[in-house]
Amino acid sequence: MTRCLQYLFFLAVRLAVTLLLGLNIRRRELLPKDGPAIIVANHNSHLDTLVLMCLMPLSKIARVRPVAAADYFMRTRWLAWFSTRILGIIPIDRSGAARSRDPLAPCHEALERGEILILFPEGTRGQPEEMATLKKGVAFLAAKAPEVPVVPVFTHGLGKALPKGSFLLVPFFCDIFVGAPIHWPGSRPDFMTQLNAAFETLSREKTFAPWE
Amino acid sequence: MSEMMTALQPLHLALLGIWGLLIAASLLVWALARSRPDKDYSELVQRTQSWWGMIAIFTAAFLLSRTLSIIVFALVSFLALKEYFSMIPTRRADRRVLFWAYMAIPLQYYWVADGWYGMFTVFIPVYMFLFLPFAMLLSQQTDGFLKAVGTLNWGLMLCVFAISHAAFLLVLPLPGAAEGSASGAGLLLFLVFLTQFNDVAQYTWGKLFGRHKIVPVVSPKKTWEGFLGGLATTTLLAVLVAPLVTPFSLLHAAIAGALIAAAGFIGDVTVSAVKRDLGVKDTGALIPGHGGIMDRIDSLTFTAPLFFHFTRYFYT
Repeated sequence: MTRCLQYLFFLAVRLAVTLLLGLNIRRRELLPKDGPAIIVANHNSHLDTLVLMCLMPLSKIARVRPVAAADYFMRTRWLAWFSTRILGIIPIDRSGAARSRDPLAPCHEALERGEILILFPEGTRGQPEEMATLKKGVAFLAAKAPEVPVVPVFTHGLGKALPKGSFLLVPFFCDIFVGAPIHWPGSRPDFMTQLNAAFETLSREKTFAPWE
Repeated sequence: MSEMMTALQPLHLALLGIWGLLIAASLLVWALARSRPDKDYSELVQRTQSWWGMIAIFTAAFLLSRTLSIIVFALVSFLALKEYFSMIPTRRADRRVLFWAYMAIPLQYYWVADGWYGMFTVFIPVYMFLFLPFAMLLSQQTDGFLKAVGTLNWGLMLCVFAISHAAFLLVLPLPGAAEGSASGAGLLLFLVFLTQFNDVAQYTWGKLFGRHKIVPVVSPKKTWEGFLGGLATTTLLAVLVAPLVTPFSLLHAAIAGALIAAAGFIGDVTVSAVKRDLGVKDTGALIPGHGGIMDRIDSLTFTAPLFFHFTRYFYT
């Protein structure tokens, strides 16, 4: 039943994304075809998760899991149901209250099940169309699963279409730049250097129209 | 019913002619790619494939219903405006104003479907023109105000107002036309076909014989040979096709052909100037081999209103 609802929801999202936004995807073939894999993207808008999930085949939608903050997405019962059942998020406790357990444990388990994780290492949507420093959580995750490819994806335009704090969707074409997968280099600092460099390169691929 | 069939016949013939031309062009491209395997024709092949898609959509809408054709043009306006807004610098404070500008599209095409010429012709140049700066000042951000309102209005005029003239041909009453000889649909077909044909003709003449540049700074590939060759070919074709689908006399057909060729050229280089200013090569990536939708309809933004008023002045 919820599987069916999820399928219908993402079908509708796909139609809306195609008509209202329109994506221009570079190197789509570099996206993981199967799990386990980690997709790492910059975060500007609630649309980010939906659009990244639209890049995957609809048949695999249940195996694509956005990693999201529990304090935001589990606020109410209804939202929690929608977040976990329809979006399929893995809720993560940001507060650090339950120190006894590794907060990333559900992510490790998902990878072991062969699922595809979507991560936003900036932590929050922040200022639209500006990148904040990447947090290191993703490096801890990758360290525990060194064989899992990490695919960096840079998006532009989604923060213009629906920035933080706004409910009015204004159509813009959006650019998606997929980078080459990063394989575990052996240490967390090296991994973060590679990831930062990948986003640096992807974000410079095109000159974007100013938006201030 | 039989009267309707006979009235539609010439239009069907014209559509068949377009498909014939497309098939001939595709065979030519295929032969070219085969005879010269050392050269890369992938963009030309991609462009030809995209033509198949575009002509198929246009033919289907055209044959199915007038309302559907109007909706297709509304969609073209929407995609073009979206491309324009994505391409130009915009202010965060103007998000709501951009939303209002988008809202002008369904309204403008509603006036078209309704055949309400008076509203159609003043809605964007008067009402939207006055409303948008007002909506913009509500955010109380005056930095870059003039530039923002100027670029916004220009885009709305080009992508929505100008293009909607093509759709209005469909509902244009033609009392000046001889009985059964022409319809709005015929005029639209004439306009769109000749505008697109002229683009290809000018490109081909320029590629074969182009030497003397016209506006090298704006568009280095545009030459006098290409422009004049295209103008002659398009005018000739206009004279040949006009008796089939329009109420035009031979002289008027020739003038309409030349008008489309000249205006098409100007529309093309105008959008080129915008792209130069913004530092982009294509307006987008919606149509493989062509670029964005604005790259495809740049000529139409100029030919549609001019051809519309030419027709309206002489035949209504």
